[in-house]
Amino acid sequence: MISSHLTSACLPGLLLDRAASRSPWLLPRDASVHGLALDDHLLINLWIALALLALAHLILLIGLLTRRHSAPTRLWRIEYLPLAALALLFAVLTLKAERLWASSRYTGASPTALQVEVTGVQFAWYFRYPGPDATFGLTQPKLVAPGEGNPLGLDPTDPHSTDDFISSQLVLPANREVDLRLRAQDVIHGFSIPEMRLKQNAVPGQTIHLHFTPTTPGTYAILCTQLCGLGHYRMNATLLILPRDQFASWLAAKQKAAP
Amino acid sequence: MTPPFNTPPAQPQPANTAGKKRRAALFPLRLFSIDHRIIGIQYLVLALISVVIGTVLSLLMRIHLVWPDWHLPLHGPILPEDYLALVTIHGTIMLFFVLTTAPQAGFGNLILPAQIGARSMAFPTLNATSFWLTAAALLILLSSTFVPGGAAISGWTAYPPLSAVASSGPGQALGMDLWLTSIALFAIASTVSSINTLTTIIRNRCNGMTWERLPLTVWGWFTAALLSIIAFSVLLAAILLLLCDRHAGTSFFLPTGDLVNGVLHQGGNGSPLLWLHLFWFFGHPEVYIAILPGMGLTSMLLANFSHRRVFAYRTMILTTLLIGLLGILLWGHHMFVAGLNPFASSAFSISTMAIALPAAAKVLSWLATTWRSKPSYKTPMLFALGFVSLFLTGGLTGPILAQPILDEYLHNTFFVVAHFHLIMAMAGIFGLYAATYYWFPLLTATSQHPGRLFSEPLGNLHFWCTLVGAYAVFLPMHLTGLAGEPRHYAQLTGIPGPGGSLSPAGALLSNTLPLNRFITYAAIFLATAQLVFLFNLVRSLRKGDFASSNPWQATTLEWHPSMNPFPPPSASDTPEMSVHRAPCHYQSNRSEVSFLPQWEPVPLALDEIEDATDTKPE
Repeated sequence: MISSHLTSACLPGLLLDRAASRSPWLLPRDASVHGLALDDHLLINLWIALALLALAHLILLIGLLTRRHSAPTRLWRIEYLPLAALALLFAVLTLKAERLWASSRYTGASPTALQVEVTGVQFAWYFRYPGPDATFGLTQPKLVAPGEGNPLGLDPTDPHSTDDFISSQLVLPANREVDLRLRAQDVIHGFSIPEMRLKQNAVPGQTIHLHFTPTTPGTYAILCTQLCGLGHYRMNATLLILPRDQFASWLAAKQKAAP
Repeated sequence: MTPPFNTPPAQPQPANTAGKKRRAALFPLRLFSIDHRIIGIQYLVLALISVVIGTVLSLLMRIHLVWPDWHLPLHGPILPEDYLALVTIHGTIMLFFVLTTAPQAGFGNLILPAQIGARSMAFPTLNATSFWLTAAALLILLSSTFVPGGAAISGWTAYPPLSAVASSGPGQALGMDLWLTSIALFAIASTVSSINTLTTIIRNRCNGMTWERLPLTVWGWFTAALLSIIAFSVLLAAILLLLCDRHAGTSFFLPTGDLVNGVLHQGGNGSPLLWLHLFWFFGHPEVYIAILPGMGLTSMLLANFSHRRVFAYRTMILTTLLIGLLGILLWGHHMFVAGLNPFASSAFSISTMAIALPAAAKVLSWLATTWRSKPSYKTPMLFALGFVSLFLTGGLTGPILAQPILDEYLHNTFFVVAHFHLIMAMAGIFGLYAATYYWFPLLTATSQHPGRLFSEPLGNLHFWCTLVGAYAVFLPMHLTGLAGEPRHYAQLTGIPGPGGSLSPAGALLSNTLPLNRFITYAAIFLATAQLVFLFNLVRSLRKGDFASSNPWQATTLEWHPSMNPFPPPSASDTPEMSVHRAPCHYQSNRSEVSFLPQWEPVPLALDEIEDATDTKPE
């Protein structure tokens, strides 16, 4: 709260103006529910770092510029009080950060969240939707055949896989929680959506869940942020957030077209 | 008033041509010398060659980022795999062959024995062996750029499966094998060298050199050596496991059914996360190995040039050891978004926050040592002050990155690049410059003449340009990081979206281009400013002013007049040393300063007064 007042009062657009257009000086706009608290916490941290930086440099400069007054002595007040204050400050910041971290990572998504599977492959992201049965079908590495339209190795003998459909674009409804299942087929990839304040590595051999709620309809960048080979820089995709009704019709069209 | 224990500048002796001929005849022998001072200089020369290569590579990266169509002479356009090879070699060479080698092995060998009153390092032959292993490691690393497939492109962290499977892309076949061999050799050399350092400090201290009287530089070397032994042995083990995965059919780091470029690895049931744990268990202490000797030296220089005691000397020893201890307990903060259990991230977050306190205690001591002290601003002092400034600026973003929720946004962006370059690369390099300017007389003293000094005006120019350049390069990187620019991107422009339009990713990344242009110009300026140093080095080696045997009025043993002739006297000619007090004993009133070297037997009354001011609570 304090930090948001600070933002509006003292920082008109230096670092964080959520409504502003994109600029190299700003955080990209936030379009998720949890992002606001994260931004506030980041901002208060940046302010504290800046203040401590200025304070320490000021002490250094004053100490160097003023003339010598007396021989130094060993003062416990100088030695321990600032450390105690810093310990307290860092403890408060850690507690606040831990609360935010716990709220987004300690528990999973609600059972009603939209399920989407994200798979990182050199150098593309694939997004799989489970279809009307709400269950993902089995995949097998030996069945992977991108040239034949089966980039994830969907097992056709598994009944759950028949209604799954795969998209190269992540399309989500606004204001509904999403539960992402992150996987990687080959090497470690970094799934990142800066405007959703999301980042999580996709690790081969692991399935990692990540949940969030997008708010603002629009198109956003999905990047790979873990060095994954020569095409790393072009391993990106688009996140499209649609109003609920438009998402429903998109989903219906996709399900109809699914094999 | 002339300080009581200073010695007048020695007069240069006429050149001795017979001596020159003898030295020329002995040159091959001296190349393979086991004298610690020669090995120290060899390490420094190796680090200088490495830093020049590493800097040129970083400039090529910066230039490519903002002018992607630029053709590198004799090479052509920089392809994505070339860019990643530049990133990998730059990181590897700077971290291992500059920031680990120069402060620890280079200045450690040159100065450490003299500073504790020892005749030599504990194991001279082993010492020479570790240098030649390091040199071989550098040659192997550089040779990897000429093999089919090119140099490794998986960054200095070499995460598998990218690094474990030859089919995962360019550089992952022979190039990666050479990278691993190079680092394995380096790990062996560092471990051996650190065992040598530890044994020397523990066994070879002279009479009266108690643990509390050890200069803080020695404490820095001591703690860094402890960390090296622990960390490098784990890295070596990890490298051997990775080599087994690559060539012996094991699956330590490969999960079942990993499908890379059409090649299926059914294999065992390994995990890439195991590599991350092992690598970062080495990787984070490595940062402290690079910076601890610089921290120790900064404490000593601030006291020396302020004519003051180091504020809270015992606490400084304790914080050095605490930083070492906590340094090996916080590797997991590199893995907040790597697939680690979120509860583990919380634990690592707390241990990372904890290390901010001993680091802050060090900064407090530096501020208190210089507070109203009327210091003399010689070039080594300027670089020590620059170290404090850059350490602060880089360090203060550490607690931000230690919070998993913030790291979720900032991880692998240029915010992190700015953080570790300021604290490790820039503060680290400032420590190295301070050491070079400060100990130059000891480096250059020969049997023909006493040591030489760097030119002060050129040193001043070098300092200010480097300080301004360092901030101009790395401060804006915080902003590009906040704007979302990821690391390791070979290209920031022209990433197309559907229908030929700019993709959202392309739009996001191209936002940072104006700042990136500025950073590149600043990087060119920063690199150019180092030519001033190189010019000063060459000029001062040939015709720098001759120094007295203790030009900075230092109190530590390496400045004892008989301790530093070069080439060194035989071990039996080295005087037996005795130490009478802790370093940094200065006495001053308004008009005069006198200092008490550690080796000087002193009037009892004077010593008692100084001790009293140190130990009284107020």
